[in-house]
Amino acid sequence: MREKKYQRPAAVFLLLGLLFAALAFFSIQWGSVSLSGEEICRALSGKGQNETSYHIIWDIRLPRMLAAAVLGGALSVSGFLLQTFFANPIAGPFVLGISSGANLTITLTMVVLLENGIGMDSASMILAAFAGSMISMGFVLLVSMRIKQMSALVICGIMVSYICSAVTDFLVTFADESEIVNLRSWSMGSFSGISWDNVQAIAAVALPALALTFLLSKPMGAYQLGEAYAKSAGVDVRKFGICLILLSSILSACVTAFAGPVSFVGIAAPHIVKKLLGTAKPLLVIPGCFFGGAAFCLACDLIARTVFAPVELGISSVTAVFGAPVVIWIMVRGKGRRQK
Amino acid sequence: MENTYISTENLDVGYGKEVLIRQICLHVKRGEIVTLIGPNGAGKSTILKTAARLIAPLGGTVYLDGTPVDQMAAKERARRLAVLMTEHARPELMTCRDVAAAGRYPYTGRLGILSGADWEKVEEALEMVQGRELAERDFNEISDGQKQRILLARAICQEPQAIILDEPTSFLDVRHKLELVTVLKRLVKKKNIAVLMSLHELDLAQKISDYIVCVGKDGIMACGAPEEIFTSSYIKELYGITRGTYCAELGCLEMERVTGAPQVFVIGGNGTGIPVYRRLQREGIPFAAGVLHENDVDYPVAKALAVKVISERPFEPIGDRAYKEAADVLKTCSRVICCVKEFGTMNERNRELARLG
Repeated sequence: MREKKYQRPAAVFLLLGLLFAALAFFSIQWGSVSLSGEEICRALSGKGQNETSYHIIWDIRLPRMLAAAVLGGALSVSGFLLQTFFANPIAGPFVLGISSGANLTITLTMVVLLENGIGMDSASMILAAFAGSMISMGFVLLVSMRIKQMSALVICGIMVSYICSAVTDFLVTFADESEIVNLRSWSMGSFSGISWDNVQAIAAVALPALALTFLLSKPMGAYQLGEAYAKSAGVDVRKFGICLILLSSILSACVTAFAGPVSFVGIAAPHIVKKLLGTAKPLLVIPGCFFGGAAFCLACDLIARTVFAPVELGISSVTAVFGAPVVIWIMVRGKGRRQK
Repeated sequence: MENTYISTENLDVGYGKEVLIRQICLHVKRGEIVTLIGPNGAGKSTILKTAARLIAPLGGTVYLDGTPVDQMAAKERARRLAVLMTEHARPELMTCRDVAAAGRYPYTGRLGILSGADWEKVEEALEMVQGRELAERDFNEISDGQKQRILLARAICQEPQAIILDEPTSFLDVRHKLELVTVLKRLVKKKNIAVLMSLHELDLAQKISDYIVCVGKDGIMACGAPEEIFTSSYIKELYGITRGTYCAELGCLEMERVTGAPQVFVIGGNGTGIPVYRRLQREGIPFAAGVLHENDVDYPVAKALAVKVISERPFEPIGDRAYKEAADVLKTCSRVICCVKEFGTMNERNRELARLG
């Protein structure tokens, strides 16, 4: 019986791993110029540095693929953290307005800095995004202390998100024309134009945060039974809450800083992973979420840039198409069960 | 004092800054069940939550095994004290075994992975609450009674020396109430655990508690052995019962009596009167009851419901005084109901009364 317990997670991780590997491969292969397996192998092994395929892979597709994978994973894990914390299956950085908060502060910083002729580096992007995430998060926390109802929390998050978007639009409208192009495409969400510098920054921030999140899986498991039981089992609930909020904000800030607001990955990916695993144990779900989110984002990015090529779609439009139905599904099922 | 496991010293409890009850001194020994009873909103849950350190005390100290809880690491406390609270757990995708296994938290390592020995403890705990067959079921899909049992298994998995339970039997049907209490009692006996809990069911509290603490509107109003506390007048005072009576002998509640001149005279005895008294009360008919011996099981109910009860001292045959009094009342009634089928030396005169009727 115990052996059977490990079979399912093993199978799911194998599936996610294969899916991830396949999507990573296609992300490198497909595009305006399709590359052959041979070309890819040559380029990856460092040969033929003068060929175009080498440049396409090393300068464009590989950093983009890595960024999409890590950020997708980060977003999905961030969503799972929030869902556990608020005991709400449709909580997520986008729905709770945290992404939009980050979006707003980044736009603000960008406009201010560019006006003074200063460019933005990765670190200031992440810092700005983190500040915005924390402001939105603080507001949502304040509301959640007063209202325990799960739908009210989500509505509040969506309102925060609208306010932030409105202010962002306002800023964009009055920004210099030269910046507008950049801001517009960025605020739609996109993995394009990611440089190796960005990838390094993403790895430096997201990977440690993910590792720390994994270490949080024990108290998270206890917290799933509710605050009182977690406390009585010996969880320092205050400390745990602070860690969780900080980590999820860092993760989602990192995503917003480099890819703009990306919708629904934080809800859809964790949900699918939990359903596949048949459990919500953080020890399994956190790594599962990372690979699931990574695969989800790779797939969406692939669709975004290939379907209507050479025109590129906003990543959020694609994730919404696949993610939003999942949210509706959760709500319908959740409602049905409660009435039973 | 030396084997007191949970104790509180001048504990002030409440939410925020507002003190609800002051200066609480409770002592629970191992192998003993101490039960808090009292009306809703009096602060039973607050006391329990503070004792379990789920909320901070506003003054005073809680001791576990002689050590102040504040000086104890959370993990140490968790190994000594488990709880079962009213808070509804709605975990996602967790089997009952997973829920019970959550109790191993203070014993597992950094990542919370359970060892083979831990899983054995989980199985043992499930066995103890008769929850083995529920192990694979989704926790959200079992009944409230089953949930309480699984949550108790979770508490057992913590291998505590003390358990604090907040109204563990509320919302359960009679069978599940009995089952839960039986498991609890067995646990106390077998593992010599100290139990502090609150109960709404006075009959259960009376039967399983070693000590009763009454929490009323003025804080701790009384405490003592169940037989000292469960008297009709005291329970009435504690809960502020104005309509109806608490019947201490039978441990049950009776409705308010119907007043007015008695229309029916009920001759009862040996338990035959009770259903008739209750029915007359339901239908709103004032009645008199007689002649009952004061040690008859009908007597306390008649006392609670009848306008007039004519009684005789225990173990004495019904005398002339009682007979005459009964006959006088009987004559004013329009109907007589005789519930008694058997007459002996003691209630011989009731036969005459019945004939008179």
